[in-house]
Amino acid sequence: MNAATPVRRKLKVATTSLAGCFGCHMSFLDIDERILDLVELVEFDRSPITDIKHCSPDCDIGVIEGGVCNAENVHVLHEFRKNCKILIAMGACAINGGLPAQRNSLDIRDILAAVYAQPGRGVHVPNDPEIPLLLNEVHPLHEVVKIDYFLPGCPPSGDAIWTFLTDLLAGRTPTLGHGLIHYD
Amino acid sequence: MPNASSNGATAGDRAVIEAVLVRHGGDAVRLMQILREVQEELGWLSPATLTAIADGTGLPRARVEGVAGFYHFFHTEPLGRYRVLWSDNITDRMLGSSDLMARMCKKLWLKPGQVSEDQLVSVDTTSCTGMCDQGPALLVNYRPVTRMTAERVDQIVDLIRRKIPLDDWPAEFFAVEDNIRRRDALLDGGLAPGDALRALRSPQETLDAIKASGLRGRGGAGFSTGQKWEFCRNAVGSGANPAHYVVCNADEGEPGTFKDRVLLSSCADLVFEGMTVAGYVVGARKGLVYLRGEYRYLLEPLNAALERRRAANLLGKSILGRIGFDFDIEIHMGAGAYVCGEETALLESLEGKRGVPRKRPPFPVTNGFLGQPTAVNNVETLASAALIAVRGAAWYKAIGTAKSSGTKLLSVSGDCARPGIYEYPYGVKVEQVLADCGARDTQACQIAGASGLCVAPAEFKRRIAFEDIPTGGSFMIFDNSRDMFAVARNFAHFFVDESCGFCTPCRVGTTLLKNAMDKINDGHGGEYDINDIWRIIRTLKTASHCGLGQTAGNCVADTLQKFRPSYELRLNVHDFEPAFDLDKALSKMREVTGRDDPGAHFHIAHRKSKSGIGTKAGDPA
Repeated sequence: MNAATPVRRKLKVATTSLAGCFGCHMSFLDIDERILDLVELVEFDRSPITDIKHCSPDCDIGVIEGGVCNAENVHVLHEFRKNCKILIAMGACAINGGLPAQRNSLDIRDILAAVYAQPGRGVHVPNDPEIPLLLNEVHPLHEVVKIDYFLPGCPPSGDAIWTFLTDLLAGRTPTLGHGLIHYD
Repeated sequence: MPNASSNGATAGDRAVIEAVLVRHGGDAVRLMQILREVQEELGWLSPATLTAIADGTGLPRARVEGVAGFYHFFHTEPLGRYRVLWSDNITDRMLGSSDLMARMCKKLWLKPGQVSEDQLVSVDTTSCTGMCDQGPALLVNYRPVTRMTAERVDQIVDLIRRKIPLDDWPAEFFAVEDNIRRRDALLDGGLAPGDALRALRSPQETLDAIKASGLRGRGGAGFSTGQKWEFCRNAVGSGANPAHYVVCNADEGEPGTFKDRVLLSSCADLVFEGMTVAGYVVGARKGLVYLRGEYRYLLEPLNAALERRRAANLLGKSILGRIGFDFDIEIHMGAGAYVCGEETALLESLEGKRGVPRKRPPFPVTNGFLGQPTAVNNVETLASAALIAVRGAAWYKAIGTAKSSGTKLLSVSGDCARPGIYEYPYGVKVEQVLADCGARDTQACQIAGASGLCVAPAEFKRRIAFEDIPTGGSFMIFDNSRDMFAVARNFAHFFVDESCGFCTPCRVGTTLLKNAMDKINDGHGGEYDINDIWRIIRTLKTASHCGLGQTAGNCVADTLQKFRPSYELRLNVHDFEPAFDLDKALSKMREVTGRDDPGAHFHIAHRKSKSGIGTKAGDPA
């Protein structure tokens, strides 16, 4: 058996935004100078912060903002699930589909027809293979892959993200409690 | 067993065995003491020795070997002239015991568990030795050595190599501190030997006082002491030798607890006095202390204390001149078995058998030691009873909370500035204890030992009391630098070592749990194993014969809930299947764009190939 004190290596953290607005990532930056403490504990892998395009195979924690609205989102989400030991759904869209999921009450074909209708010339929906196809419905992350933790908020506050991540890095099950998730 | 002595004991050995048998009258009930005393003289229990003891006690040889094989501290193989056992509690590990033991093994050219070729020494681990406040600790030939350091390891290696007898080792090696940090009603009791006995009125009045005081069992279960004594008092002895007994459970084996050790070191008279009060109430003439094998070093001082009490007529016939108040106490040594802390296993052990828990009911109060009515109480309970006999029920009831009268001794160890014994009135908050002992950056407390409750910071306002967190007294502290998975894994290993093996759910379940924890630790674990762990814990809890198995999964369950990431960071498989067909989720877009290129489909090759379907994408709807 190993000793109770683990050898501390820096944990690899990857982040991405799928069908989100990057608001959660902006809120993440609200941890302000604590990001300097954070980089003592973690190394950022694939993330808008680093501009690394793909996850290393040995990521520890993946933080994902936004739900799943198109084929590319699915591929990215699969890549995160495959390479991260712990996956976190961050923010309302990742957890519930959020604003993008408002389209779920309508048929995607009707929406596209309305958007791309050209008076007198019918409907021409862009079909370039470069453009990822939209899913019939927007899904929260946990309907597509297994999600380990949910960090609610629209967006979650910087303090909530900080508490959540530091708990997680220390091996504690994160508990946010009053002021971070309960406000009454 | 290929050994010289297997063909028959030597004349010298036979003389030793004979002397011990005579001392115990060849009484089979005293088999544990016979085995221990013979082993202390001869070093181990050879096949010939076991045969001689079987002959001398009239027991079947298989029974004798069965008992010798059950207890960790009996050995049926030679284990060297010096037997070093490192305490393997998590608190010892946190103080660096693993590295120190590796250093010792390296210097002695040994592997753990191996006996040196010259039969001089063996080094191994043992369950918590109750020195958590002054670890890392070890036992050399069952004598405790505390505060191990690299320097002390080197000194001990040198002493062993030079074959210096233990009695000539530096006395400070064997120093055991009490480390009492906070005193309250019990430790500040200020009672002189005999005070409680002089204060006794009739047995019924004493019983009424104990009942009115609200005293509850301090071992952790919290059964009403007055009720237990009343049941025992009202039960009728049976058979040829009807009698009542009082048993003091000093088999303090729960990892992290050591308060009984301190009570027996510093307040032995109070404990014996409590036993005598109990004997007076239930009508017993004999009391037995079941002292855990790890506390062997206390045997002589305790026997001396008993002698003093006999000389002062506080034990023996007509105590303090009261005609008919006869009571004496004997100390029975255990031999390294955690399960004997369970009262019925303890009774079996007292009767010279393997420590396998009995079925309950009948309870010990009606069918205890030798089938007679027996009151089995924790050390601290008995000491508290003596205090109540003097100070009265009302005084005692005023201390603590509504359902938890009096005070509780906590054995505080782990990450804090001042480990030791803290006595508080019941109702003290966890955070208060942490503040008083100088704990900082605490991420968890393991309360009530390996079988107890793991408490996270959000719960630090909870209270030590039967209403909230009941405990036998173990209070282990873990700061932010600790890995709670490693803590739980240490406990999982502990229960494998200590399961008595009688019932399958516990014998197999504890090992399955250990295997799952090891698998996760080695990086081969997945979500499946987490699910499996929950299943194993459920079976342990619902199907085990006694409390050992029922609580063996507690710490893993608690840490899985409260420190789950420490598990997840070790997992490498995350299987999940969506409840809908991903490829069909693109159907409408394929329809309106007319696309059917690879980018318009999901190829989930790994999933399909697993089921042998191949890697072809699903049909477009």
